[in-house]
Amino acid sequence: MVNSGSVKPKSRESAVLVLEDGRVARGRSYGALGATFGEAVFNTGMTGYQETLTDPSYHRQVVIMTAPHIGNTGVNDEDAESARIWVSGYVVRDPARVSSNWRAKRELEDDLLDQGIVGICDVDTRALTRHLRERGAMRVGIFAGEHAGLSIDALLAQVRSSPAMKGADLTGEVSTASPYLVPAIGTCQFKVVAVDLGIKTMTPHRLAQRGIEVQVVPSTVTASEILAKNPDGVFFSNGPGDPATADGAVAVMSELLFARVPIFGICFGNQILGRALGLGTYKLRYGHRGINSPVQDLRTGRVSVTAHNHGFAVDAPRRGAFQTPFGLAEVSHVCLNDDVVEGLRLLEVPAFSVQYHPEAAAGPHDGAGLFDEFVDLMKAGR
Amino acid sequence: MPRRADIKSILVIGSGPIVIGQGCEFDYSGTQACRVLKDEGLRVVLVNSNPATIMTDPEFSDATYIEPITPEFVERIIARERPDALLPTLGGQTALNIAIALHKNGVLDRYGVEMIGADVNAIERGENRELFRGIVAAIGAESALSVICHSMLDCQSAAEQLGFPVVIRPSFTMGGAGSGIAYDETDLLRIAGAGLQASPTTEVLLEESIIGWKEYELELMRDRNDNVVVICSIENLDPMGVHTGDSITVAPALTLTDREYQHMRDVGIEIIRAVGVDTGGCNIQFAVNPEDGRMIVIEMNPRVSRSSALASKATGFPIAKIAARLAIGYTLDEIPNDITKETPASFEPSLDYVVVKVPRFAFEKFPNADPVLTTTMKSVGEAMAIGRNFGEALQKALRSLEKPEAIFSWPGDSAEIDVPDLLARMHRPHDGRLSLVQQALWAGATIEQVHESTRIDPWFLDQICQLNETADEIRSAPALDEPLLRRVKRVGFSDRQIGQLRGISEDEAREIRHGLGVRPVFKTVDTCAAEFAAQTPYHYSTYDEENEAAASDRTKVIILGSGPNRIGQGIEFDYSCVHAALTLRDAGYETIMINCNPETVSTDYDTSDRLYFEPLTFEDVIEIVYAEQRSGTLLGVIVQLGGQTPLGLAQRLKNAGVPIIGTSPESIHLAEDRGAFGRVLAQAGLPAPKHGTAMSFPEAQAIAADVGYPVLVRPSYVLGGRGMEIVYDDNMLADFLGRATQINPEHPVLVDRFLDDAIEIDVDAIFDGEELFLAGVMEHIEEAGIHSGDSACALPPITLGASDIERIRESTLRIAQGVGVLGLLNVQYALVSDVLYVLEANPRASRTVPFVSKATAVPIAKAAARVMVGQKISQLRLEGLLPTRGDGGTMPPGAACSVKEAVLPFGRFHGVDTLLGPEMRSTGEVMGIDDSFGLAFAKSQEAAFAGGLPTSGTAFVSLANRDKRAAIFPIMRLADLGFQIAATAGTADILGRHGISARVLRKHHEGRGPAGEPTTIDLIMAGEIALIVNTPYGVGPRVDGYEIRTAAVIKSVPCITTVQGLAAAVQGIALLRNAEATVRSLQEHARDLLKLRQSASGSVSPAELD
Repeated sequence: MVNSGSVKPKSRESAVLVLEDGRVARGRSYGALGATFGEAVFNTGMTGYQETLTDPSYHRQVVIMTAPHIGNTGVNDEDAESARIWVSGYVVRDPARVSSNWRAKRELEDDLLDQGIVGICDVDTRALTRHLRERGAMRVGIFAGEHAGLSIDALLAQVRSSPAMKGADLTGEVSTASPYLVPAIGTCQFKVVAVDLGIKTMTPHRLAQRGIEVQVVPSTVTASEILAKNPDGVFFSNGPGDPATADGAVAVMSELLFARVPIFGICFGNQILGRALGLGTYKLRYGHRGINSPVQDLRTGRVSVTAHNHGFAVDAPRRGAFQTPFGLAEVSHVCLNDDVVEGLRLLEVPAFSVQYHPEAAAGPHDGAGLFDEFVDLMKAGR
Repeated sequence: MPRRADIKSILVIGSGPIVIGQGCEFDYSGTQACRVLKDEGLRVVLVNSNPATIMTDPEFSDATYIEPITPEFVERIIARERPDALLPTLGGQTALNIAIALHKNGVLDRYGVEMIGADVNAIERGENRELFRGIVAAIGAESALSVICHSMLDCQSAAEQLGFPVVIRPSFTMGGAGSGIAYDETDLLRIAGAGLQASPTTEVLLEESIIGWKEYELELMRDRNDNVVVICSIENLDPMGVHTGDSITVAPALTLTDREYQHMRDVGIEIIRAVGVDTGGCNIQFAVNPEDGRMIVIEMNPRVSRSSALASKATGFPIAKIAARLAIGYTLDEIPNDITKETPASFEPSLDYVVVKVPRFAFEKFPNADPVLTTTMKSVGEAMAIGRNFGEALQKALRSLEKPEAIFSWPGDSAEIDVPDLLARMHRPHDGRLSLVQQALWAGATIEQVHESTRIDPWFLDQICQLNETADEIRSAPALDEPLLRRVKRVGFSDRQIGQLRGISEDEAREIRHGLGVRPVFKTVDTCAAEFAAQTPYHYSTYDEENEAAASDRTKVIILGSGPNRIGQGIEFDYSCVHAALTLRDAGYETIMINCNPETVSTDYDTSDRLYFEPLTFEDVIEIVYAEQRSGTLLGVIVQLGGQTPLGLAQRLKNAGVPIIGTSPESIHLAEDRGAFGRVLAQAGLPAPKHGTAMSFPEAQAIAADVGYPVLVRPSYVLGGRGMEIVYDDNMLADFLGRATQINPEHPVLVDRFLDDAIEIDVDAIFDGEELFLAGVMEHIEEAGIHSGDSACALPPITLGASDIERIRESTLRIAQGVGVLGLLNVQYALVSDVLYVLEANPRASRTVPFVSKATAVPIAKAAARVMVGQKISQLRLEGLLPTRGDGGTMPPGAACSVKEAVLPFGRFHGVDTLLGPEMRSTGEVMGIDDSFGLAFAKSQEAAFAGGLPTSGTAFVSLANRDKRAAIFPIMRLADLGFQIAATAGTADILGRHGISARVLRKHHEGRGPAGEPTTIDLIMAGEIALIVNTPYGVGPRVDGYEIRTAAVIKSVPCITTVQGLAAAVQGIALLRNAEATVRSLQEHARDLLKLRQSASGSVSPAELD
C-alpha cells in the first residue's frame, strides 16, 4: 500500500493531497499516477533535491519542498545518495519542464516516473508547510489520476488507516542485504565498519577520503561479528523510523561501547548512542529538514551551518556532563533555533555522535571536521 | 562575546551624492547602521554630503555633518569629535577610499581612531587585484587569466598574450567605472586609456574573456568568532559581460546543483577568511562555464554593497544592521533574527519564493550615449519583485519599471516577426534585450537559437517560452474561466496584459477576474521558508491558496512610494515617504508602505507597520487596498510624496472609491493642467509667462508666434523635465516635435514663453487649508532655463530682499488656495525686471524637501504628512514639530547659508554634451553649509566634484558674446587672486581692453599652430587647465564648446557654464584662499538657528535652547 503508483501519465492529471487532519490541497499530478501514503514533512533546502529524494532517511515520508522550482538541474549520475528514490511521495509547487546543467543526464520527472513515485505539483507548498509547522508532522496521502476523483471522505479514511511514523521500525527496509566494501582513497590508514541503518553514499565517501576503508554491513549485524573484523572504529549511520524501536542496534552499540572501540554516529546513529547511554528519544513536532540550521559546538562556541534531516531527537541535559553506564557524557552540540540536542560525546569512552549531517549531501560542509575527529579518535585508540 | 566596552563613540562615513554605481542603497545601509549603533548607546558621528538621505536626518545620529567627504574635511570632523572608532564599510567605495586615505596619511593614528568592520590590509587584499588573485590561488580556486598593467604599453603586450576579446578592469573604482571589453586594438586604446585615468593607482587589469559564462554572486557575513554565513545567492540572467548592476538578477540561484552551490559556498568562505574581513559583510562574484562547470572567482567587495541591499530585501536578513552589530563586537549567534525573534542570526536564509531585480536605464536622457551594456554600470535605478515562481517575479519586476516597452506583450501576428533580425539584435546586450528574446521565442525561435545568441541559460528561456504559451492560451481560450485565470495569474500576467490579449479593457478583465473570485493572497518574507513563525509583516502578493496578511482593526494609512530610481525621481521622494511613515506611526496610525525599489529606506520592513513589496501599478495597489479594507479602517492613501508615480494613480484610485489623503486628485489636475492652472493664476492675479497648449505642429507654431521666441516646449505631465527644450525659431520647433515627443490630442505639448535672464526661485510650502507655512525659498544660482533639479541653489536666497519674499509668500498662499492644496506645494517662480512670474506649481513633495528640511532644521515632510491627515499648522507649532514662530521664509539674520549642487553622470556617458538645459540629467545632489554663501558654495563644489574648486592655476575662459560684459568683473577677480587666464582670441581681446592679460589659445577646429601652438583641448588634456569657464549661447552643440566640455569631463576639470556660476565660484575661491572652511554639525546648526530666531524676536528663553 505504500507505493502503488506505476502508471505513466501522458500529461498532468488532477491530483489531490489529503492530510490526516482533513486538510486538502488540490493540484496536478507530478511523476507517477496512483496513490501513496507516508508522513508529511517539509524540507527547506533550496538546492539538493536529487540527494533528498535518494536519502534512505526519507523512507515512508512524503516530502514537501518549500523551494518553489524543482527539477531545474535535472538528474545526474553522481549526486544520488543511494540506488533509488526513497520518498514515498513528492510535493512541489513548480516543476521544471526542461533542465539545464552540464552534468544532467535525465529529467527529474523521468526518474520519478520510472520509479513509480507519486507526486503532486501546483499546490500551495508554503500553506502546507505552515500547517505542518503549527499542527506537527502527520500522515498524508497523495492521489493522482483517477484516484483523485474519489470522495475526500474515502481518501481520508485511507490516509487514516496508513501506518504512522511513531513506532515505525524501518531500518530493515532500507539496510543493505549483504556487506560491501568502500575502499580507502589513497593509502588505507584505518578500517571502519559502518552499520547501515539507511546510510547515504556520501558518508563512506567522506571516510574513504580520509584514508579509511569502510565495510558497510547490514543493520542485523551483531557486535561480535563487528568485533571479529577487528575494526579501528565503528560508524552508525543515519536512517528512517522511530529510534525507540531500534533495540537491536542499541544493544550492538552498548556492547561496542563496553569494548571501547572508537565510535562515530550520525543522525539515527546519534539516537542509538543516546539510547545506549540510557537517554530517551522523542518525536519533534515537525522535525528539522533543511540545510541552513545553526548548530553550536558547546566546547568552542563556534556555530556551523548544517544539514538536518530528523524527526526524532535525544532528550539529554543541555549543559554539563551527566553520568551514564559508560562514564560521564555530555551534549556536545545544540541547534540554536530550538535548543534541540545535536550531538553527544562520551568523556571516558572514545565515542561521539551528531544528530545533523556532516557528510552534507545536500548541504554545507561546515561539519566536515567531525570526520577528522573520528580519525583522531581512532589514532588515539591505537 | 558581548559588544566591546572600549568603543563609546563611532564615526560613520556615508557614500555622498547618488551617482551611477553608488545609489541610495547606501542610505538604506547607513540608516540601519546609525539606528543600531545609537540603540546600543554609542555616540554616533556621521559625515555625508548628501542631504537627500534619511541617514543625515539629525535624529539618526548624535552629530550629523553634511560636509564634503574628503580626507581634509573628515579629518576636521575627527579633530572636533574625537571618535573612538571609524566604521567605513557601510558607505560604499567612497567611505572605504576615505578610510584608507585617513589611515595612510596618519590621521587615524594621530587621533587614536580604530577602524572597525574591516582593516586596511583586508581592504587592500580584497580590492587590489594582484593580491586578490594570490589569495584565490592560495585557497586552490581559479581566477580568470590576467595581466596587471600600469601603462598602455603594458596593455598592448598583455592583449597580445591573452587574445581578443579582452576585459579591462581599473583598480579601485566603483560601479566598474572605466572598465569595458575590447574586441580589437582600437577598443583597447580607448578603454584602457580611460581606465588607467579612472584608477586612483593608475592600474588596470587585462583579463581573459569569460563573456557568456553564467554569473553568480554570494553575500557573506563573518563575525569575530569566525562564524561565516551565506545570506543569499544571486544568479544573473544576463551572462558574464554585463555589469551585475545592469543585469537582470534572480535570487536564489536557480540553475546550480547542491554540489556546485556548496563548492561556491566553500570557496566564498575561504576567501572571506583569507582576505580577513573580520566582521561584517562582503560579496563575491563567480563565473561558471556552462559547458563544463569550471568556476572562476571574479571579484569581492569587502563591504556592504548594492547587492547586499538587494540581498537584504530579497531574504529579510538585514545585512547592514547585522554588520554594524558585528563591528562593535557581537557574534552572529548573539543577535536575534529580526523576523522570527526566536531564532539567531547565525543561519542561512531559505527562500520559498523567487526574487527578480531588473535595472532601470535613462538612455532617453543621454541621446548620444552608447546603450550597449558592458562591464561599466549604466543603469540609474532598479526594481525588485517577489513571486512564488520565476515567471511571476519577472513579470512583476518588469511592470515595476514603469516603462511600458519593458512589459511583455503579444501584439499582432507572431508570424510577421523577423526572427533572424531579432536573433542578431539580441546578440549585444542592451536595455530592452529581454523583450527581443521574448518576441523571438514567441515567433518560433528555438531555445537553442536564443541561447546561442545571448548565452542566457536555457532554463530561463524555457520559462519565457511558458509565458508565451500562456499568452497564446489567454488569446485563444473560448472564455476566461477560473482555472485559466488562476493559471495565468500564477505566472504574473497583469489584468492589463490579459485585457490586451482578449481585446478588452484592463477594468473589464479585472471585473471578470473578481467575478470568478480570483484574488491574490499575501505571503510573508520570513527568512526561513515558513519553518518558524514570522513576527514582521513584510509581504508580497501571489496567486496561491493561503493569505497570511493578518487582520488589524487599527486606522490605517497607505503610503505609495516612488518606484525605481530614475533621473528626476529618486531618493528625495523616498525621503518624504519615509518621513510620513515615521510620523504617522508616532501619531498612532498603522502605516502601510507599498514600493518596489530595493535600494530604499522605505522598503526596510522597520520603516512602516507593514510593508508590501509590490509594483506601483493600479492593479497591484488596488488589490492591497481591498485586502486592507477587509479589516480595520483605511483612512486613505497618500499619493503626494512619492513623485509622479503615485500621483499618476490618484484619480483612478479615487474613481475606484479609495480615499486620497491630502490634496485631492482634482486639485492635482488643476495644477498640472495648463489651461486650468492658467485660470487659477488669472483669478489670483498672478502673472505667468505667456503660454499655450498645442495638439498639432501648426498650433504649436501659432502659439510660438503669439508668445514670441524663445519658447520652452515639453509634453504635458512630466517630471524631471523629460523631453523639455528651449527652442529659438520655427525650424528648431519642428525639429523638436519630430524628434523628441509625440504631438496629438492625447499627447498635447506645452509651449511657454521662455524668460531670458530671469532669477529662478524654488519654493516649498505646506498648506493646511487656512495657514501657509513657507518652508523654504531657494534662489537658483544659474538663471532660469536650466532644470531646477540640475541647478545649484541657495537658501536663504542670496539676492532676494524681505519684500521679494513677502511677495513670494503671498503668491504661494494664493496658489495654494486656488488649487486647493492640503499638504505640500512646490512652486517655481522667475523674477524678471521686478515681475514675479509663476512658472509652475506642483501640489506634491518636491525634490528639494530634504534639502529644505536640513537647511531650515524643520522636518517639513513629517509636518506635511500630519497636515494631510487633518492636523493644523498651528497645532504642529504647539507640538514642536514646526517652529513656534516664523518659517523658512523668515530665516533670521546671521543664519548659515546652505547651497545645494547637482551631481551629473557625464563621466559615465562619454560623448554626451555636458551643457545644462531644461531636461534634468543629474542623478544626485550635495549640500554645502557655512556662514557665508561663498564658503557654502565652495563646500558644495568640493562635495560634488573630485578636487572641488581650484585655488590657483590657469583658468581658461570662452564666453558667449552676451555674457562678456557680466563676466569681466569675476574674471578680473580671478586674475587678482593669482590665476593665469587663458582665452580664445575673441574673449582675450575683450579681456585685454579691461587690463586682463590672457594667453590666447587656438580653437580646437583651428588645429595646432604652425609652430605647434597647442589648442584648448591639448592643454586641457595635458592637465594644464585648473578651471574652465565656457558659456555657450542658444542650444545645439557648437563644436568647440562641446569638445571643451567633453575634455573637461574626461580630465575632471571644473567646468562652469554660466556667468552666475562663475560669480559664485569666484566668491568661493576667494574665501578658500583666505581661510580654511570649518565644519559644523546639523544639530549645532539647529541650535544656532533657534537662538537666532529667538534673539530676532527679542525673547530668548534659555530653557528653549537646550
